[in-house]
Amino acid sequence: MMSFKNMDKTFRVLIYAMIALVILVPIGLIATGTAYGEWGPDELQQAVGYVPAGLQQLNGLWSAPLQDYGLPGQGDTLPEQTPGYYVSAIVGCVVVGGVAYLLGKTIIKRND
Amino acid sequence: MHIPDGYLGPTTFIVMYLIMIPIWLYAGYWVQKSLRSRQVPYLALGAAFSFVIMMFNVPVPGGSSGHAVGSALVGIVLGPWAAVVTTSCALLIQCLIFGDGGVTAFGANCFNMGTVIPFVGYYTYKLISGKSEITSNLRIAAAGIGGYLGLAVASGVAGFEMGIQPILEHTASGTPLYMPYGLNVTVPAMLIDHMGFFCWVELIITALGFAYIAKNSPEVIFDYKPDTAKKPDVSKGVPAL
Repeated sequence: MMSFKNMDKTFRVLIYAMIALVILVPIGLIATGTAYGEWGPDELQQAVGYVPAGLQQLNGLWSAPLQDYGLPGQGDTLPEQTPGYYVSAIVGCVVVGGVAYLLGKTIIKRND
Repeated sequence: MHIPDGYLGPTTFIVMYLIMIPIWLYAGYWVQKSLRSRQVPYLALGAAFSFVIMMFNVPVPGGSSGHAVGSALVGIVLGPWAAVVTTSCALLIQCLIFGDGGVTAFGANCFNMGTVIPFVGYYTYKLISGKSEITSNLRIAAAGIGGYLGLAVASGVAGFEMGIQPILEHTASGTPLYMPYGLNVTVPAMLIDHMGFFCWVELIITALGFAYIAKNSPEVIFDYKPDTAKKPDVSKGVPAL
């Protein structure tokens, strides 16, 4: 039979690695530029001189509670963004992990 | 690579949803058929890992930014179909809670990041690693190259989806209604940003993550077969039907 005794230990180490990633997450705030093709209407206006009509219509279709991984009404300096970024990383990991866990628990029945 | 609402016209985003429906269904079926309940925590961890790694934005000279996705590593460890599930979970929450990636573009984003990356990543890894030892350096390099290529191809595909918009969707006078830049701009721009920068991050995390798991718990890897032939477990007697 295959041994699974290491599996728990490996999992624990990987969880520590995840916690380390969450602690380090403000590093991701250093890059301030907008990713290619993710510009807001104002940025497009500046770049091409107009806002495409369809884009204008669909833009802002959905209002997210933690838009851009930040708290509502926060400032745009690095220290002001950091708390919201931490909240986002923690909420995101818990909710994403939770959704995947529940989905896995629901559909996976094999125990061999 | 999270395409926002408004960059893809209805033709493209509806087609991308239609492509994703059978992929999601088969991915769910594959996960049910192939994974075991003890792998569920790894499934959750893989999804959370993808989520957090995408928060590490990397600046690019010229003012743009981007990130790795982490779905090549999940694809190699738990299987590309499992990575469809984990990455789609991460993308769904990013879209709904954080406004990253459009609601209309969710299908396209799940195709690019949740399907292209793990499949290109896994098959590249499989092709290069061949029958080498699970802990061999070749296999670690194969995982890294799989991560690099997976993200590179996905960025080109995303660039293609955006770049065909001026052809597909425009006013009577020819003014683009959605993404205003054409293929000649979007595809090279996406490829240069990714292959120059973010793919290297994907390469490093895929190689490191794979090396750690292969060394310590190769039994987690979905297609791992131990060298020694598995002895039948006689203690349990006749297998239950």
